[in-house]
Amino acid sequence: MKPLKDEKILLAHGSGGRLSHDLVEKGFLPAFDNPLLSKLDDSAIFEAKGRLAFTTDSYIVTPIFFPGGDIGKLAVCGTVNDLSMSGAIPLYLSLSFIIEEGFLLTDLVKIVTSIKEAAEEAGVKVVTGDTKVVNRGSADKLFINTAGVGIVPDGVHISGSNARAGDRVILSGPIGDHGIAVMSEREGLKFASPVKSDCSPLNKLVAEMLEASGEIHSLRDPTRGGLASTLNEFAMQSQVGILIHEDMIPVRDEVRAACEMLGFDPLHVANEGRLVAVVAPDDAERVVERMRQNKYGTEAAIIGEVREEHPGRVVMRTRLGASRIVDMLVGELLPRIC
Amino acid sequence: MRFIDEFRDAELARAVVNRIHRRSNKHVRLMEFCGGHTVAIMKHGIRQLLPETVEMLSGPGCPVCVTANQDLDIAIALAREPGVIITTFGDMLKVPGSRSSLQRVRADSADVRVVYSTLDALQIARENPEKAVVFIGIGFETTAPTIAASILKAEEEGIRNYYVLSMNKLCPPVIKALLDCGEVKLDGLICPGHVSAIIGSHPWEFAARDYGISCVVSGFEPLDVLQSVEMLVDQLEKGEPRVEIAYRRGVRPEGNLRAQELMNAVFELSPANWRGIGMVPESGLRLRKEYERFDAELAFDIEPGPTLEHKGCLCGDILRGVRTPLDCKLFRTSCTPEHPVGPCMVSSEGSCASYFHYETA
Repeated sequence: MKPLKDEKILLAHGSGGRLSHDLVEKGFLPAFDNPLLSKLDDSAIFEAKGRLAFTTDSYIVTPIFFPGGDIGKLAVCGTVNDLSMSGAIPLYLSLSFIIEEGFLLTDLVKIVTSIKEAAEEAGVKVVTGDTKVVNRGSADKLFINTAGVGIVPDGVHISGSNARAGDRVILSGPIGDHGIAVMSEREGLKFASPVKSDCSPLNKLVAEMLEASGEIHSLRDPTRGGLASTLNEFAMQSQVGILIHEDMIPVRDEVRAACEMLGFDPLHVANEGRLVAVVAPDDAERVVERMRQNKYGTEAAIIGEVREEHPGRVVMRTRLGASRIVDMLVGELLPRIC
Repeated sequence: MRFIDEFRDAELARAVVNRIHRRSNKHVRLMEFCGGHTVAIMKHGIRQLLPETVEMLSGPGCPVCVTANQDLDIAIALAREPGVIITTFGDMLKVPGSRSSLQRVRADSADVRVVYSTLDALQIARENPEKAVVFIGIGFETTAPTIAASILKAEEEGIRNYYVLSMNKLCPPVIKALLDCGEVKLDGLICPGHVSAIIGSHPWEFAARDYGISCVVSGFEPLDVLQSVEMLVDQLEKGEPRVEIAYRRGVRPEGNLRAQELMNAVFELSPANWRGIGMVPESGLRLRKEYERFDAELAFDIEPGPTLEHKGCLCGDILRGVRTPLDCKLFRTSCTPEHPVGPCMVSSEGSCASYFHYETA
């Protein structure tokens, strides 16, 4: 589909009539070409064997395009990652747009292209979809909802409540990139080397980790709320304590600098292409080694351990050798006064 | 990261901590005035590293926390006025006034926007000439010059729809008020680094001269704070109270003269209402007569209703340093960062929030 430079989405694009039909035929079908979708029936019908994992998420982000990705890539990676964190192999996605009237058609095409690319990379198929257009002012440019279905292989039992004392905590790479990339774009902060979002599909990384060890107890992607919230969730769900070491947690200099300026703690900043794993102690090194072979895990590291002490709480050993609580993010991240 | 990592070096920190342990004999009570210091101390676990002889108290240096309910109510009432856009630093959003908060009135469709700088507020005024744009001017000597600059800029450009609700407060007068009331016995003061970058170190001289309090102006990294504690312990062991600057990379004795000029051009001293402390003479800033037309309180006829204080909330006592958050019955029970009762739990630099987030005990 090659829209004119300033061609805009009209209410009629979502009305089910001719323009809707054109948008689907010319815009969406060629991008997501697959037999399940191109039948254009009311539901996609597919065979599945084994335990199914099913998840959904809605994506709203300002700005829609940010360094390292856009809302489309996010909508695929987010749902693929949610499936992956349950140990499932992601297979199919639904894709639903809510578009504000007046949205640029060229931007929609760009987003559809990045959805296509992200889905191809992750090896998932978009098999059903929907488009609605709302009056100007009734939505902020573009909202996307995706739902995903995956299959959980036999023998895989991953849950936030499976962490046991002695387990090691593994982080797949530097934290805070996504949050700072979006925030700096939004607030017009400029850095010498711009921070790019880490937005990426992690299903292949997870598959390799599961190959390397049968003792991966918990997995989660630390999205909104950051690493701190994910670790607190594990600690509460499993009723264990978690101790992490400040000097072992990778944070890029640009991200640290931005956090210093804005008064944020990198532990609370969102990620879209990182995972935290809780792994039995004997397997931890092997899992890290394997992760480092994958392009999304090159900086994987053990950052702490699970303990019996202080159940439900996360404690960090600071660089100075003292310890402090690591709490969940409360409310929104807000810049400080002075 | 350059200029940060050097000040978080674990080995250097250990050396300073060891020296403090060796040097300290007398029991001393030090107050860190500034909320930024409280956060640094809690976040890096500095309290745990100090000897028992060094007691640390948190002071009233969190601008959000010391804003009185009455003033918050005025800001909230302004937000409810039709045709008004409220611009504010983010920390203010969640602070509960007598009956509501800016966050809650925003949910009720008031136009409340978070800005990073007064110049962003001014830009919103330029873009919305049919609306009245009010900046909630809270903060200490650190934010006052930027507010002054925005008013001068608005004057220069003839922007008629920009207003400031001036609730700025000054640090040295409130320290004097605390010392005068005598509730807290202090030996030393860790003076605020950013505030002193503007006002210099001279305004703290009265504390050493008239009250025998040792003063050290400190930066905000862990080594800055440790070095300041070491300098204070040294002064106190020698029994020679004076004002020293540990934060030399940020503070000169005379301060930032240009910023002071801006402040003096636009503001004049006024009494200010501090939460937990009350009215303190010459501790606030109001707009001078020539700039009165930018004063939101004069421009709007605001009736905020009677002020209510929250029952059982110890924020006032905590701000005066006479109690700690752990003394408060509401702490961690009915008062949490999700559902704050008092402002010290809301602001990222409030004592209660710092204790809640970082204290392992």
